Amino acid sequence: MTSAAVTPLPAIKALPRPDPWRSGVVLAALLLALPVIVVFSFVFVPAGEVWLHLKQTVLQEYITNSLVLLFGVGIGVLAIGIPAAWMVSLCEFPGRRWFEWGLLLPMAMPAYIIAYTYTGMLDFAGPVQTQLRDWFGWGYGDYWFPDIRSLPGAVLMLSLVLYPYVYLLSRAAFLEQSICVLEVSRTLGTGPWAGFARVALPLARPAIITGLSLALMETLADYGTVQYFGLATFTTGIFRTWFGLGDPAAAAQLSAVLMSFVFVLILLERWSRRRARFHHTSTRYSHLPRYQLRGWRRAGAIVGCSIPVLFGFLLPAVQLGAWALDTMDAWLKSDFFILVGNSLMLAALTAATAVALALLMAYGRRLRPSKPVGLAVRVASMGYAVPGTVIAVGVILPFAWLDNTLDAFMRAQFDVSTGLILSGTLAALVFAYCVRFLAVSLNTVEAGLGKIKPSMDDAARCLGLPPRRVLREVHMPIMRGSLLTALLLVFVDVLKELPATLILRPFNFNTLAVRTFELASDERLADSASAALAIVLAGIVPVILLSRTIGRSRPGAAEGS
Amino acid sequence: MFLSRRCFLSAAALAGVFFLGGQALAAGEVNLYSARQEALIKPLLDRFSAATGIKVNLVSAKADALLQRLKSESRNSPADVLLTVDAGNLHAAQAAGVLQPVRSRVLEETIPATYRDPAGHWFGLSLRARPVMYVKGRVDPAELSTYEALAEPKWKGRICIRSSDNVYNQSLVGAMIATRGEAATETWVRGFVANFARKPQGGDRDQLKAAVAGQCDIAIANTYYLAQMLESGKADEKAVAEKIAVFWPNQAERGVHVNISGAGVTAAASNRDNAVRLLEFLAGAEAQQWYAETNQEYPVRDGIALSATLRGFGEFRADNVNMAKLGEFNAAAVRLMDRAGWR
Repeated sequence: MTSAAVTPLPAIKALPRPDPWRSGVVLAALLLALPVIVVFSFVFVPAGEVWLHLKQTVLQEYITNSLVLLFGVGIGVLAIGIPAAWMVSLCEFPGRRWFEWGLLLPMAMPAYIIAYTYTGMLDFAGPVQTQLRDWFGWGYGDYWFPDIRSLPGAVLMLSLVLYPYVYLLSRAAFLEQSICVLEVSRTLGTGPWAGFARVALPLARPAIITGLSLALMETLADYGTVQYFGLATFTTGIFRTWFGLGDPAAAAQLSAVLMSFVFVLILLERWSRRRARFHHTSTRYSHLPRYQLRGWRRAGAIVGCSIPVLFGFLLPAVQLGAWALDTMDAWLKSDFFILVGNSLMLAALTAATAVALALLMAYGRRLRPSKPVGLAVRVASMGYAVPGTVIAVGVILPFAWLDNTLDAFMRAQFDVSTGLILSGTLAALVFAYCVRFLAVSLNTVEAGLGKIKPSMDDAARCLGLPPRRVLREVHMPIMRGSLLTALLLVFVDVLKELPATLILRPFNFNTLAVRTFELASDERLADSASAALAIVLAGIVPVILLSRTIGRSRPGAAEGS
Repeated sequence: MFLSRRCFLSAAALAGVFFLGGQALAAGEVNLYSARQEALIKPLLDRFSAATGIKVNLVSAKADALLQRLKSESRNSPADVLLTVDAGNLHAAQAAGVLQPVRSRVLEETIPATYRDPAGHWFGLSLRARPVMYVKGRVDPAELSTYEALAEPKWKGRICIRSSDNVYNQSLVGAMIATRGEAATETWVRGFVANFARKPQGGDRDQLKAAVAGQCDIAIANTYYLAQMLESGKADEKAVAEKIAVFWPNQAERGVHVNISGAGVTAAASNRDNAVRLLEFLAGAEAQQWYAETNQEYPVRDGIALSATLRGFGEFRADNVNMAKLGEFNAAAVRLMDRAGWR
């Protein structure tokens, strides 16, 4: 994350030969930015009259709701993610090692699924309120009960499933911190609380901000939850304008406004950090002496870590499990396992591709820190804040154009039709996923790379390694934890991804998310439970594996700690 | 450039994947873009394949997205048939020029003229009625008459309906614009919205559940949701549905609002003849019977026995506004609902 972490090596300016790193990064970034650029290009199509209509009627509401949602989810994910990460990284209490990965589980839960599940339990006609009415003889209007399908409800749902981003990244940051800094701070008289607030927290800031921005971008792109809760936000507004009003230009302009929210957030953060550096200057790592918690603190830690796991994962998973048991016959004989295979295959393929691209870009920027390269990379990673359907359309348009142009050329020249080469293939789908999730892998990889001292590069280069071998033989082993985190995040995100999968997939190809959505959108929630649960389960295995590897990736950590 | 082995492997994997996508389309097979979800179309496609030996390849997604894909792929689109679950999107597809006119004696004889495009760009395949539903005992059906009357103050705080993001509501208002005009419809929507018991939320089944739980007395929902709840094996769903009755509004005049699911042959179809055979099959007695039984939708043609549940709802007169109008007035309906505060 740190900008300009490496002093550029004095380039041989006399020879203007092509620079493979710079051109490689810019080319890859441009390719990935293409869908976003396509959508943005609609901005120049005049749509004045629709804007007037939006301004007079619903725009105010879109803005207010989206901002409140962002603000609320921001506070929510920080309040859950950071303390949880601190407790499992630097304290010792019973169950800590289970919580290490247990706290990641809600990440496997798609936001719209948790929203459906809680609504099923808590809304007016649901079992909880019905039971209360039975017990106390209440009727409608006799009592107050929080409305789950509301703005605070959406904040709660999204916070519960998005806090793992903050948790995961800040935990990795706490683990990678040299204990020396903390020990020095303790010799200077800081207690555990002050050590956390004044040393560890500021040092982990790039990672925390990365996690926060991922959570916020995901919030902005969320459609399923806000749509089900009947909230008018930018995302629902984009769909309504595009398909209901039939005006793609105005919809694209709304997306542009949405993305500018994100851009402002990113700029603010960068400005506040300015020239600070976050890599460690010491190479001395030692075993982390954890704070042994006793008495009420121990109880507090256990309760504090249990709450997010309970509400973000266990409760909805149990409900889904109960539904899935009811409908077991139906899914056991269907093509259920093909769906599982398809989902895992896509997720693994995309995770590898997206992390490779992120490495290329992050390292390219480190080697060649220049404005154009930085900007290209920034634009390429904005896809995360854009709703999947919008990205999908941004992918369809240029791909189909390319295919059709080639086809027309071949027909004219050789009287052969090449048809569609890229459109409707899984390659297009994986490309769309990369566009959408590059930010996830890139931010994580950059955060890891930023913590490697520039002197490492210098030393390795002095010893004669070319840049790509520095990356492979020095950086990648050091930042293994960050790389795995990035793989895991993309993997789980792809498992859950829906809108782009729906529209871009080839014939006769389905995934778990597609099956879940089709049944849930037909209001057959119980029937969709088995597929939803399978997404969650498929996500759990890599979550646990990688969580353990991240725990071991700490430099100097003893095996098994 | 770097990571050469890994790069090579991922490139190879991508190439593999790439061919996986490209293989689907053998000669003679029909490629279908369906807005009807897989579970509710695949069984019929299998029967079609069994009867004719023609394989059908399927992509299911939301209609607006499929339409966008069809438009972008233009003349190279692999799709032969587009199937949607509302008339608005069929109209939009026709307007975008991605459907071609089809002449088929079978289709023209079985499907009434109101439910198909005169030139044959699209054909309705099932009817989806959206009447008024009320909680038995809490509403006297004699109090009910028309959609229009639901704007009267006596219904204040007694009506549940989902968000206007939903195309069924957009079509409902679109149909009213087509018959009553925009100004009168806007006045009605304002009065109607003022009577909502709660902020619009959830799906159609949620409205019925809320009504039974006491949050409102009247819900607007498509009939097949109620029928599916009645037929469902789940005791709680069934218990809710049994407390609900259907009222057919506007019977003395234009009739209850209905929408269609339907399909058309794409302009790019490379398999026109087999595509038409698929449409004819879907309009045929066997398929129509299946819809009436499995998904509890009303058949588009005469002579199909309804399920006992559907017969229990009684007979009705359907609004015979031309289905194309629903598409035509869709944008106007959305704007109108924005202005009137129907979220």
